[in-house]
Amino acid sequence: MINDKNSQKIVDIIRNYARKHSLWILAYGTGCGAIELPPTMTSRYDAERLGVRGAATPRQADLLLITGYLTTKSLKRVIRVYEQMQDPKYVIGFGSCTINGGMYWDSYNTIKALDRYLPVDVYINGCMPRPEAVLSGFAKLQELIQDGKANGAKEYKENLKWYRDNQKKVITNWKMPEYNW
Amino acid sequence: MGEILQYTWGAIVSFVLAFFVGITYMGLSRIVTARVQNRIGPPWYQNFFDVFKLFSKDTSIHHGIMHHMGPAFMMVTAVMSLLIIPIFNGGSFFTNLNFHGDLIFLIYIMVFGPLGMALGAGQTGNPNSAIGVTRGLSQIVGFEIPWVMALVALMIQYKTTSIVDLMNIQAETGKWLMFTSPFAFIAAVLAMLGMFRYAPFDIVGAPQELASGPMSENGGKYLFVMMSSGAVFAFAKLTLYVDIFMGGANNLIILVVKTFILYMIPVLYGIVSPRYRTEQSVRFFWGWPTLFGLLAILQAAFL
Repeated sequence: MINDKNSQKIVDIIRNYARKHSLWILAYGTGCGAIELPPTMTSRYDAERLGVRGAATPRQADLLLITGYLTTKSLKRVIRVYEQMQDPKYVIGFGSCTINGGMYWDSYNTIKALDRYLPVDVYINGCMPRPEAVLSGFAKLQELIQDGKANGAKEYKENLKWYRDNQKKVITNWKMPEYNW
Repeated sequence: MGEILQYTWGAIVSFVLAFFVGITYMGLSRIVTARVQNRIGPPWYQNFFDVFKLFSKDTSIHHGIMHHMGPAFMMVTAVMSLLIIPIFNGGSFFTNLNFHGDLIFLIYIMVFGPLGMALGAGQTGNPNSAIGVTRGLSQIVGFEIPWVMALVALMIQYKTTSIVDLMNIQAETGKWLMFTSPFAFIAAVLAMLGMFRYAPFDIVGAPQELASGPMSENGGKYLFVMMSSGAVFAFAKLTLYVDIFMGGANNLIILVVKTFILYMIPVLYGIVSPRYRTEQSVRFFWGWPTLFGLLAILQAAFL
């Protein structure tokens, strides 16, 4: 009874329901997208209705927001932050810059596609996405969590070698602790 | 044997009650904050989701033994102080483990948790934790003085160190202690502002400057233990205030109403306040609250 598949399914449904209604975000404010977050959180759009709340440190956060373009220099910090977060964890990429480079498509020091370096669960397109778009991104992520399809962290662990190779290609001075899960 | 069973059941029931009421109060305070900021705010059961989610998160952090023990110390303190505070008037089921001299015991046990948490936070090696711990301990030094003065004034005035005796005195005379010893009540309420750590006294876990201070390395299940111990401890402290100043409560509804009114004092004061610096906070507590504590002792000794 305790360990069979059906009871695990029920536990998963309850867990996912709680996870979906309690997303603590860590806004990594690299690019212009960071400015869209205050209106999302404050009285006009009030993301706290959906259970979205700011977290102070990576240890406490569930959701990493990459808000805008990401330079290779800050990519290193983002990887560090992402690996400090505790499972289950999700990543949302903000704006065109994280999808295909956006207006930085030929820049020498920004990365073009975020999902080569970190597993992205939801992209929000636009340059910049308005708070409505951000909220719809949160809602999409909640759907994915409820269906058990937000498996970015699991993917990252399984394909760690591929991600690491990509990361080391752009970060030339790689001095980071090697984790072994 | 029957007595032991009764104590055990009383402890379990009071713990579950404290957990639910405390978490609900935290959710309600978030709604109140949201309404003041012209937002709708989360539903009142939002903190149950948060707690459950934190509990179901994986935890792969290891900084040493004390780091694991720190949140446990908080929980032990919360449960111990809950168990020696009688929850209802005159009932035998909820009087729990109180004894003569439990007020003195409470003064000691209420700082035990923060001290354990300080050791745990120190071992994480996070500089934010260290700053948070120093701030927290300075603040405790600040608000403990008016708080202890208020309790000592009550002890002198009624010649007892037992919470149950104080409740019985109020039941016999029909007057609440907040009216018969008003200065002690004022000093204790001002000390409560520091105990609950809402703004302007949220200098310990200030998320914007210290990244939540002592708990900055604690995620997942550690945070679950801390949140639930905070809820239980808040309920225990509010019940203590109701017991010694507001005549206790005869049933659950009166208890919830009285504790909620008391809880709104730090919450509402916090919503409209910015954050103090450490020395401003300590100076606040050593100013008017201490003066009211002194007045309370003078009133108790000479009137």
